[in-house]
Amino acid sequence: MNYENEEFFAPGHGMCAGCGAPIIVKWILKLAGPNTIVTNATGCLEVATTAYPRTSWRVPWLHIAFENAAAAAAGVEAATKAKGEKLNIIAFGGDGGTVDIGFQALSGMVERGHNVLYVLYDNEAYMNTGIQRSGATPWGAWTTTSKVGTVNPIGKIRPKKPIAKIIAAHDAAYVATANPAIFQDFKKKVQKALDTEGAKFLHVISSCTTGWRHDPSKTVEIMRLATDTGIFPLYEIENGDFENMRITYKPKKFKPVEEYLKTQGRFRHLVKNPEYVKKIQEDVDAWWAKYGKYYRH
Amino acid sequence: MRTMIRGNESIAYAFKLARVQVVPAYPITPSTLVPEKISEFIANGEMKAEFVPVESEHSAMSAAVGASARGVRVGTATASQGLALMHEILFIASGMRLPIVIGIGNRALSAPINIWCDHQDMMAERDTGWLQFYAENNQEGLDLGIMAFKIAEDERILLPAMVGLDAFVLTHTVEPVDMPEQSDVDEFLGEFVPHYVTLDPEKPATLGSFGFPEHYMEFKFAQWVAMERAKKVIDEVFAEFEKKFGRKYQKVTPEFTEDADIIFVTIGSMSGTTREFIKKMRAQGKKVGMVKITTFRPFPKEELKEALKNAKVVAVTERNISFGFGGAVYGELGATFANMANKPKIIDFIVGLGGRDITFKTLESVLSEAEKALNGEDVSEVNWIDVNKEAVYKSEGLQ
Repeated sequence: MNYENEEFFAPGHGMCAGCGAPIIVKWILKLAGPNTIVTNATGCLEVATTAYPRTSWRVPWLHIAFENAAAAAAGVEAATKAKGEKLNIIAFGGDGGTVDIGFQALSGMVERGHNVLYVLYDNEAYMNTGIQRSGATPWGAWTTTSKVGTVNPIGKIRPKKPIAKIIAAHDAAYVATANPAIFQDFKKKVQKALDTEGAKFLHVISSCTTGWRHDPSKTVEIMRLATDTGIFPLYEIENGDFENMRITYKPKKFKPVEEYLKTQGRFRHLVKNPEYVKKIQEDVDAWWAKYGKYYRH
Repeated sequence: MRTMIRGNESIAYAFKLARVQVVPAYPITPSTLVPEKISEFIANGEMKAEFVPVESEHSAMSAAVGASARGVRVGTATASQGLALMHEILFIASGMRLPIVIGIGNRALSAPINIWCDHQDMMAERDTGWLQFYAENNQEGLDLGIMAFKIAEDERILLPAMVGLDAFVLTHTVEPVDMPEQSDVDEFLGEFVPHYVTLDPEKPATLGSFGFPEHYMEFKFAQWVAMERAKKVIDEVFAEFEKKFGRKYQKVTPEFTEDADIIFVTIGSMSGTTREFIKKMRAQGKKVGMVKITTFRPFPKEELKEALKNAKVVAVTERNISFGFGGAVYGELGATFANMANKPKIIDFIVGLGGRDITFKTLESVLSEAEKALNGEDVSEVNWIDVNKEAVYKSEGLQ
């Protein structure tokens, strides 16, 4: 059954113009269809779509708290089994709710192998509370808790937590990174995740116009640059088999990282310093030198 | 059928007899035997349920909310630190009006870490909107465990419930119980019907949405109304249970109170010791009685007013402390009588924290202070019993 022409995520919600998350949610629900239950971590997506008594969700939806979307989904799944029914159970969480405060619940859910698709929409900081750094904030990003000044000219001084690899190391049934701006690849991975039995994890990049500091009309363009510069590579790992990980998309020619960095206010201080740009380019080149062989046509 | 079981098993059997469908649980002393026993029931095919061996109590309660929202009967068990870790989600379970039941092995809270009995864990959760019951013995644990589902799931109520059993004193102690027949419990509880909106793809609903100031207080007031209504429903369920199983339950149980000048107020297993102590004192001609609290939430104000109305002194013996004030029962009982024209002197006795035994000697110390109050002498409002006060004063630099 194809539901691409139906909307399960209704318009009229309060998400910002240019936010990446509604694009991701809308399309995942189109691919999943109506036989779906969603759990949602506290965050922009929850707050801006369910202002009582209104809702944007045309599938059953549950929000409990910030750190437990995975545990909530595990409970929904157990009850669904107890009822002898079968459906898609999808958990949505932002990066704070996934790689930081919700990490333990996520790890437990994946280890127990619940038949749940967990979707991380990663906008690389605590955007709902006002752009605070998270474990998913990249090196060098300005946030309101990794400020740039004379003593710290860099911003965040630690690299991004490699959450997809960490979840893959749980031997999860299916793990993939995805980018809605690379749309066919994104759709294929969502479908594959939905078709796979067991714990699935999608790490999806999701621009935040206010946190990344760019014009709302540039969202898709900028997200696309994240992959075309090699900063956000797209790959998949099944059952923890790192040897057979697959890079699923590679631009014909990589663009320099500066093209991505200069589009966003959060990197403005970096772009002014060629040393910093060079460091980021070297990190990206090193990643591709190490993992590039996993690109399969 | 007469059966020998430990207190923890009374919760496990209650869940089995109630045909609980999902049990998310995390091990913690002293309640670990509950999930162990459930796992055994499932492995043997004696119980058909999904056991979710979660990675924390926080996730246990989160999964319980998820499962309950999906429309099945859910039970779990924990104690002490585990209940404290659930704290955040306890408010959400009650706010979402999900009739989850937890069995608690009442245990002290750290620091220092201590695995033995007191009631601090449940008392610290008395504002979370859960019904609270305390068992005196394993039979009560079993019966209250079954009744908790019926009360919690009543469509007039829809509030989660916790049933406390004293750590080790009950959880690990083997006692004979009358094990109800499955068919009788099936008749008593009926088939599980969620009288609330569930997660159902046929009828999509949004659960756990964002409440603005113009709606939030009505949600909270609805919980208040449900708690108030629960007072009557609990009486109804207790009466129905008595009719079917022959065992009588009351929110508060007065004993030897008619002519008593001094009345002890007790909770949990200390009630048994207190009862024997009172019989002994009665034999010596002392006019003492006791009132056992079984239902702490909703707080049985009316019953307590009635049971204690003729007392001259009420000796509250309790295994919890709110630092900077006193015990929880003392505070609530005091407030219950605050607007009464005639009221007894209410004196608080902090006893048996962290598993310190409550013995006749303990109760003699309590009685001796209560008698001073009866004779018009000045007595402290809050009294710590069986404590080496000298050592503490010295270490705090007070002598």
